[in-house]
Amino acid sequence: MRVAVLVSYVPDTASTIKVGPSGKGIDETGIKWIISPYDEFAVEEAIKLKESKGAEVTYITYGPERDQQVLRECFARGGDRGVHVRGTGAAFGDAFAIAQILAAAVKRAGPFDLLFAGVKGVGSDQGLVGAMVAELLDIPHVASVTKIQYGDGSLTAWREIEGGQEVVEVPMPCLITTQKGLNEPRYPTLKGIMAAKKMPVETVAVADLGLDEAALAGATCRWLALSLPPAKAAGKILNGEQDPQGAAAELARLLREEAKVI
Amino acid sequence: MAGILVFIEVRDGSIRKASLEALACAAKLAAERSLPVAAALFGHGVASQAQALGERGAQQVFVVDQPELATYSPEGYAQALAAVCQKAAPEAVFLGATALGRDLSGRLAARLSVGCLPDVTALRWEGENLVATRPVYSGKALATVDGGKVRPVVVTLRPNVFAAEKRPTKAEVIALGPLPLSIRAKVKEVVSTQAGELDVAEADIIVSGGRGLRGPENFALIRELAQVLGAAVGASRAAVDAGWIDHAHQVGQTGKVVSPTLYIACGISGAIQHLAGMSSSKVIVAINKDPEAPIFKVADYGVVGDLFQVVPALTEAIRKLKA
Repeated sequence: MRVAVLVSYVPDTASTIKVGPSGKGIDETGIKWIISPYDEFAVEEAIKLKESKGAEVTYITYGPERDQQVLRECFARGGDRGVHVRGTGAAFGDAFAIAQILAAAVKRAGPFDLLFAGVKGVGSDQGLVGAMVAELLDIPHVASVTKIQYGDGSLTAWREIEGGQEVVEVPMPCLITTQKGLNEPRYPTLKGIMAAKKMPVETVAVADLGLDEAALAGATCRWLALSLPPAKAAGKILNGEQDPQGAAAELARLLREEAKVI
Repeated sequence: MAGILVFIEVRDGSIRKASLEALACAAKLAAERSLPVAAALFGHGVASQAQALGERGAQQVFVVDQPELATYSPEGYAQALAAVCQKAAPEAVFLGATALGRDLSGRLAARLSVGCLPDVTALRWEGENLVATRPVYSGKALATVDGGKVRPVVVTLRPNVFAAEKRPTKAEVIALGPLPLSIRAKVKEVVSTQAGELDVAEADIIVSGGRGLRGPENFALIRELAQVLGAAVGASRAAVDAGWIDHAHQVGQTGKVVSPTLYIACGISGAIQHLAGMSSSKVIVAINKDPEAPIFKVADYGVVGDLFQVVPALTEAIRKLKA
């Protein structure tokens, strides 16, 4: 069984986001980069398949030079091969451009029986790339999956929807986007971190995939500006320590009469 | 038609509110450029819903009614919607950014070789281009994104942000199909995990609990307040990771990003990841015993006090107000 995991390197969720000098992206000064939190479930699921079924695990990422590091961080937990599609990162924020690049990389490194990707990258927050890659590869997908039962040549996936779950049966090859609840991602071990440094990473230029990164990026959507949400005015703070009943009654009154929301 | 096509999501026989919001936004934007508005309605036995869409501004309703579309599948729905796009040649396709809409939009856009503006919170024309505002980095920043010239532009609209409105017109119903559909991923069953409970992603009011609740049993306080308000129950990551409540309730960067009218945070200190997920709520209330808690920085109203006293008192006060 051959498994591919599409991973992305994103700013730590604890980061404070500032607008960078271009006005179109973030200020990367001092940003710590991490495996996108939803991709961690994808990585864990693949490693579990390696352990239980002897699957060969290939990580694939697209991005600038620094993104090679995300493959090392994945290797520190397990896995066999890494493919870094190195580009300028110009396609950031353009899901269809990224999906075309990743689909081409999957074709080149494949065939695979199963593909995993996080339900969304924490950053551009698009949640589109998984489904787009599946469509481009003409394979079925199930998104936002919290449980998988593996069968023979097929699998059953539980997909999170509002107020419930869809139970989906899907033949392989297929693509699964992973959601919190699927598994408990492991921490890398020191031994794993040391071994990760020696793991083979294949670096591929976008042009090697027969694609023109500059022409793809922004062809279907372009970030014009990045801004910070307007700062909020200071709120009304009530003291509920001495008189919780009084504070609660006053809050209820304010919500009804001033804010008019209840 | 070359106007705006709105995908109408039907669940358990009813049209979803997020679809009506998308339709209202489409009608407004279309009117600015004198473009027509059409709707796409899929399912089995759904044709009777078509006329109601005329009340909401749809001049044409494309109906694909066949058994394979009775339950959602990304492949079947993307193929059907692509077929409608071929017929209607719209400038844009709007969907509510629900679980279904977010999933379908990606598959559809790739099928049509077009772009997608996901989870937008504001939308305007810039000449003939659609320009969207969308929260990124889980709401820590806002991106202004140009949808470009490739047609159609697929857009998903964040629920609870755009108002649903009536705009009576006469809808022409156009039946398509049956279409040849190739569906490999098949829904076998839909399990309801929160019978009778509202989902945080769709709720107008959310009452959330965090570490300050000290244990799973105390979510009862949150549920009681939620009940008198008709609200959904949310939770911080700390409460979910402690196993006190299911992940479906989690609000924040690795949970759901929400924009309700009213968000009440009880015993939640306000980690940056949580604030990212809820700070675009219209009115925020924080109840916390620590006056220095970061949640108070985003709160419109705050009560510094013991939630075990303040929350039940608030439940009672609201019950009286509503009586």
